[in-house]
Amino acid sequence: MIRTLARPALLLLAQMVLTLVLAPLLPGIVNKVKALFAGRVGPPVFQLYYDLARLLRKGAVFSRTTTGVFLAGPAASVAVPFTAALLVPMGGATAPVSFAGDAVVLAYLFGVARFFVVLAALDTGSAFEGMGAAREVTFAVLAEPALFMGLATLARLSGGPSLAPMLTAAGQGWRAAGGPLALVLTAWVIVFLVENCRIPFDDPNTHLELTMIHEAMVLDHSGPPLAAVLYGASLKLWVLGALVVKLCLPHRGTWWIDWPAFLGGMTLLACGVGVVESIMARLRMRRVSQALIAAVVSGTFGFLLLLLA
Amino acid sequence: MVLQSLYFSALLLATLSGVPGLAGSARGGRVASWMLTGSALCALGLAGSVLYGGLAWQAELRWALPGAHFLFRGDPIGTFILVPATLVPAILSFYAEGYWSDGAHADTAPGLRLFFGVSVGCMILLTAAANAVLFLFGWEIMAILAFLMVTTSDQDAAVREAGWIYLVASHTGALMLFAGFALLALGTGTGFDLGPMRPGFASTSAGTAAFLLLLGGFLLKAGVGPLHVWLPGAHAAAPSHVSALLSGLMLKMGILGILRIIAWTPDPPLWWAGLLTGLGAASGIMSMAFALGQKDLKRLLAYSSIENVSVIALGLGLALAGKSLGLPALVLLGGAGALFHLLNHALLKPLLFMGAGSVMHATGTRDLERLGGLARAMPRTAFLFLAGAFGICALPPLNGFAGEWLIYLGAFRAIQPQGWVWAVVTLASLAVIGALTVACFTRAYGIVFLGEPRRELGGPAHESPRSMTGTMAVLAGICLFIGLFPAALGRALQAAAGDLGPGLPPLGGLAGLGALTLVAVIGIPVGLAAWQAIRKSPSSRSITWDCGYAAPTARIQYTASSFSRMLTDAFRWLLLPIERVPRIQGLFPRETRFQSQAPDTLLDRGMNPAASFVASVLSWLRFLQAGHLPIYLLYVVLTLVALFAWTLQ
Repeated sequence: MIRTLARPALLLLAQMVLTLVLAPLLPGIVNKVKALFAGRVGPPVFQLYYDLARLLRKGAVFSRTTTGVFLAGPAASVAVPFTAALLVPMGGATAPVSFAGDAVVLAYLFGVARFFVVLAALDTGSAFEGMGAAREVTFAVLAEPALFMGLATLARLSGGPSLAPMLTAAGQGWRAAGGPLALVLTAWVIVFLVENCRIPFDDPNTHLELTMIHEAMVLDHSGPPLAAVLYGASLKLWVLGALVVKLCLPHRGTWWIDWPAFLGGMTLLACGVGVVESIMARLRMRRVSQALIAAVVSGTFGFLLLLLA
Repeated sequence: MVLQSLYFSALLLATLSGVPGLAGSARGGRVASWMLTGSALCALGLAGSVLYGGLAWQAELRWALPGAHFLFRGDPIGTFILVPATLVPAILSFYAEGYWSDGAHADTAPGLRLFFGVSVGCMILLTAAANAVLFLFGWEIMAILAFLMVTTSDQDAAVREAGWIYLVASHTGALMLFAGFALLALGTGTGFDLGPMRPGFASTSAGTAAFLLLLGGFLLKAGVGPLHVWLPGAHAAAPSHVSALLSGLMLKMGILGILRIIAWTPDPPLWWAGLLTGLGAASGIMSMAFALGQKDLKRLLAYSSIENVSVIALGLGLALAGKSLGLPALVLLGGAGALFHLLNHALLKPLLFMGAGSVMHATGTRDLERLGGLARAMPRTAFLFLAGAFGICALPPLNGFAGEWLIYLGAFRAIQPQGWVWAVVTLASLAVIGALTVACFTRAYGIVFLGEPRRELGGPAHESPRSMTGTMAVLAGICLFIGLFPAALGRALQAAAGDLGPGLPPLGGLAGLGALTLVAVIGIPVGLAAWQAIRKSPSSRSITWDCGYAAPTARIQYTASSFSRMLTDAFRWLLLPIERVPRIQGLFPRETRFQSQAPDTLLDRGMNPAASFVASVLSWLRFLQAGHLPIYLLYVVLTLVALFAWTLQ
């Protein structure tokens, strides 16, 4: 009894501790890579940890226009990736919580975060934040089907709508179904970059509000709420990154190979994001939806290719 | 016998609920509410026995009309729909005591209450009617009462027009049903008593015609596009609790009809499922595009109703496809998902319409471009509207998600060599519809309740009385309970979906609804803890920073139009908005305005011109309509004589 329970408990503990502790490292790696490309020393890899500690000590300033919803945005942007992290397999072949249909729950959980973040933005009555909110809901209309077409492809591969078997089957299936998986990977990388507001779709560092999506929505957050937003963003980067990494990573079945391989994959992904951000310019707003349409098409092609093969 | 008495008590209590108030007593509204509550309790008892206890019942009475008799059959599908069809009106009736009180609306309130009760009685009749004539009888009375309720404020020309369009649409649908049921009688072999068709009938030309006519009639009532044209106007024109009844329940009577068609057909051709899924996908996306273009809160909610019946149609399409292809898992998941979504929408949309009614009660307007910042003046309404908006976006952990989740699971099950088209269409359209709904309802809530008022309102907004917000809270509580414990409905869904086809697998094996409880139990405390933690931090209040505006005004806020601008631009080819774009000239241009509105393309550019054309062509027939009663009686006699002559030959 204890032995059968020990493994899932250990998995749960390892996965959640690693996610919660290591997630803020990813933006640090991205920024370090960007600094190297630009020939700068750049901020330390642990910069986000320092920022979070500093923000948590500060007080917050709230607009007199805002209501309780204003804090639901930051709260949801932490709670949603936290819950989602339980559904995604990371080091092992299973996730701490896994059931038929968890893939749909994962997608809709991020919808919850979007709902509250957008409302928190509208709560301020600011034009800039309204602008960011409008863009966020618009691009999601194309990001969701791209994600779901990829999920459909993986479900075909694994034979069911549960995320852990789906991603494990994908990791093992590159030899048999490399073409469809490459198309799904393309779609999901685009979704990953859009959802995490990275270049070439959005820029997490710019201060030109007119061009931003996500950053424009959180302009009025300060102190601990801002810390929640930043920490939540790094958790989201980690969880959605785990989807992309697990899609490519074969599963060996021994934890001392699988976990380091997963963490190595996440590091590589962060470096990849850094490289893309260094060598590409931000796309014009109109191009973002075109890239997302490309992602939908790519995911659909992947599904059809696998179905007909 | 107990079940029959429960059913007829529910029927009578609801039908007669408006009668005591006609005497002019001040307590009429309260009596009606309690009578409807009694009706709902009877229905709950019935549902417990039929859905959870596996009992069935039947009642039969003579009727002098040829081909007709009073045949009632309590099957699981009808009983499943009976529960919201009695429970929600009871809650709405308590709401109406404050919203449309006898004091403020002395001339219309008693009549409206009578129509309300009788139309609920008609819905109760429809859920168990097993004879086509009886069914159409209930159907027609319900439609006419709905017309009378929609045109309550008939001093307004727009209301009269909306009521007229509703009446025309509703009678077109009824005509299709008359013809459809007549053809169906060829297939059932039991005269006008409703029941399963014989195998093979569905593929004959009579079966095809019967299907198309019945589907058309039912979809017209359900409001699935492109047959939705009557819906936005009628829902916007009616008093809010009537809009809630129309949208939450009367539309569902159309869905009930389609569920019955699926249950009656042993071997549906595959194109039936294709038609239903195609219509559901197209109408779901179209309706959300229109919803994003609306500036009237109630019209927006009406378009969202079209979206929700479209999602139900997607589930039904999956069920039909499963029946044609011999995939029972699809029948179960599609059917159970559709039924679950039907229930959820029947709870959530009334909540939202009650919220809209509360906003109108407080501000006197439902124009999004004028509203804003109401959350501070009316916090209870705001919170309950937020709950409704969150639920209607089908986000976990509220009930809206659980139903759509079952349809998603069905779509994933369809990923097979025969069924993949359904998988692709259902998954892609549900994903797009889901994201559009989030856009639409963040817009609705954000513009109405957040920020600052966008124009000067007549006076300060005030919170609605407790009788209104309290009833909304009851509905929201039911939604939350179902969202947290969807597995409690597992057996009822299994029983109701079990009517759709033989040999369905157990629902628990395909979809563990309990898993949703687990996710909610983890996610909600984390969210609340995070919210508490950041709320407690030391804070100060200031103006919105907005990158350094010293004196922001309400006019620089994003508006309803600007928020949805990118999406409505993407759907420009469909919305065909009417815009007045000012030209700015000179160095010191004068004050100017940009105006844009999105009328219903199909109604204003398709059907209305077509109808006017037909009317002008047929105007020479007007001499038939002389307006004298004896002439009309003569027509009746002549028709009868002609019919007799025809039968004699």
